[in-house]
Amino acid sequence: MSHILLYVENLKKYFEIRRGLFGRRRLYVRAVDGVHLTLARGEAISIVGESGCGKTTLGKTILRLYEPTDGRIIFDGNDITNLEWKELKWYRRETGLVQQDPFGALPPFMTVKRILEEPLIIHGFKSKREREERIYKVLERVRLTPIEDFINKYPHMLSGGQQQRLVIARSIILEPKLIVADEPVSMLDASVRIEILKLLQELQKTYNLSIMYITHDLSTTRYFSERIYIMYAAHIVEDADTREILHNPMHPYTRALLNVIPDPDPSNRFIIRDVPAGEPPNLINPPLGCRFHPRCPNIKKGLCDVKEPPRIEVSKDHYVRCWLYG
Amino acid sequence: MDGELLNVLDLIMYYRTLRGEVKAVDGVSFSMRRGETLAIIGESGCGKSSLAKSILRLLPRNVSVYRGKILFNAVNLMELDEDTFNRDIRWTKITYVPQAALNSLNPVIKIGDQMIEPLLLHQKIDKSEALERAAKALRMVGVSDAFLYHYPFELSGGMRQRVIIATSLLTNPELMILDEPTSSLDVLTQANIMNLLKKIKSEVGLSMIFITHDLALSSELADKVAVMYAGKIVELNSAENFYESPKHPYSQKLMESVPTLRRDKKLGFIPGSPPSLLNPPRGCRFAERCPFKFEKCSEDPPTIFLNGDSYVKCWIYGKGLS
Repeated sequence: MSHILLYVENLKKYFEIRRGLFGRRRLYVRAVDGVHLTLARGEAISIVGESGCGKTTLGKTILRLYEPTDGRIIFDGNDITNLEWKELKWYRRETGLVQQDPFGALPPFMTVKRILEEPLIIHGFKSKREREERIYKVLERVRLTPIEDFINKYPHMLSGGQQQRLVIARSIILEPKLIVADEPVSMLDASVRIEILKLLQELQKTYNLSIMYITHDLSTTRYFSERIYIMYAAHIVEDADTREILHNPMHPYTRALLNVIPDPDPSNRFIIRDVPAGEPPNLINPPLGCRFHPRCPNIKKGLCDVKEPPRIEVSKDHYVRCWLYG
Repeated sequence: MDGELLNVLDLIMYYRTLRGEVKAVDGVSFSMRRGETLAIIGESGCGKSSLAKSILRLLPRNVSVYRGKILFNAVNLMELDEDTFNRDIRWTKITYVPQAALNSLNPVIKIGDQMIEPLLLHQKIDKSEALERAAKALRMVGVSDAFLYHYPFELSGGMRQRVIIATSLLTNPELMILDEPTSSLDVLTQANIMNLLKKIKSEVGLSMIFITHDLALSSELADKVAVMYAGKIVELNSAENFYESPKHPYSQKLMESVPTLRRDKKLGFIPGSPPSLLNPPRGCRFAERCPFKFEKCSEDPPTIFLNGDSYVKCWIYGKGLS
């Protein structure tokens, strides 16, 4: 077993909202509700789910941009679950975030150089020469070259792919061990998506970087991650090695997802695909029992709609939360 | 499948901005038969939405050039005056499902009232009959007709998209233009909408123009594929030929960049970015990024017909060079 970098146990994040007269009723949006995951040094995993399933909240809670409601996050042997803001500074340096919308993530009034210098200044790189060396090195790594053409530009002068490379450069300039990439290519055109994903993969290998991809797109995960976690309504419903999950999906939700994703094929137009009826539940009042049961084609009445399924290891390192296997 | 429904010939639409003239649609030709679905594939800014809107004469205010022929049932739409076009064609024979469909319902008007607007406006039908037709259309797309009396916020994204599709079916159109109809929907909802469109296609025999950036998704509907790059169609091909062996180098590279779920493949990407439509390069517009570029490419590539009305615009297939 390789070195475990990140260990997450029963992680929960609830957001409080107030309803009713003078906000006297307190309700909770359970965005992340008991998630387990592990990430080894140098490994890439994917969190796959539809919008509103809590995958972004999961990523941000792991980065401690949100305070966890319950559970534990162990990073490199340190419990970071309840660290105070001041103590978190070293953790910020060890982690990075790549956002979905690169243009929104870059300050429009700063040049490329200034954007990359900011984290270095915050983290106490006093020597100007050292800062510059780092900036040049990282720009070369993400191939924003020739560097002189880019270093004094503003974000709006770059193409979408170049902006995303700048966001990636910023996230790795402090040489972190973990990157959370939240839908890093969904705003980009098809022809540049693979370029960005290959760049991330290359950084993963060169720096022995651990990457957590958050995405709704199963087909890219196949090429860029070693393990997949399928998330539905704040739960991880299935997780296994990429090959295993694609060839042997167990959870009815995973099967439904795999079934509806088209590969380019002229015969697709003659097929009507099986799609589970209904919509994901709201997370304020999720259904009793398994959260997928109202849509599930394999429901066991009296069990699935009553009791929450446990996390079951169906084969080595393949976990499913489903009563079909309990 | 009887005969030609739409024939677009050398369509041009430019518009003027402070920085110059944008050549959004630059000499586009294609034809479709009745009952056929054409997918127009291209990346953002290639002019695919402009092309759709040009067919419906939904032009930007700063349009500077708008010419070419649009033969619809053998009538040249370019020659119709605005009133006739509005009465007989736009949102009657040809309907449009816009890209931001989720936001195209008015939040303060009940679903039924906005659905029947085109009927009242374009076809002068009385309200109760119009509501009845709306109810029928809703049932057809799998939404309960009780929603006629609800407001848009009470519906989920997928249901709102269904309402828009139902609305666009109300006038018994012959052609439906769908501009990225599922781009903001979830995977399962998207599959649901695709099923619905397939059903409409086979049951109603409607022709569709399906605009998308998603090559894999396009194969869910397309009988025929047009690949657009920098304001031009670079390849027009049947679905069978296109998804198995695309011809234009751009189509080939684009196909390489589509990750597949079921089989392994070597993924590729296209370095660089598309040229600006303000000042597109002379000759082939893809040349700068093309791995097969040679001297000829600095001249405008010829249209090489493959079989039937399929064509590719590329010098590789030029006379005596293949």
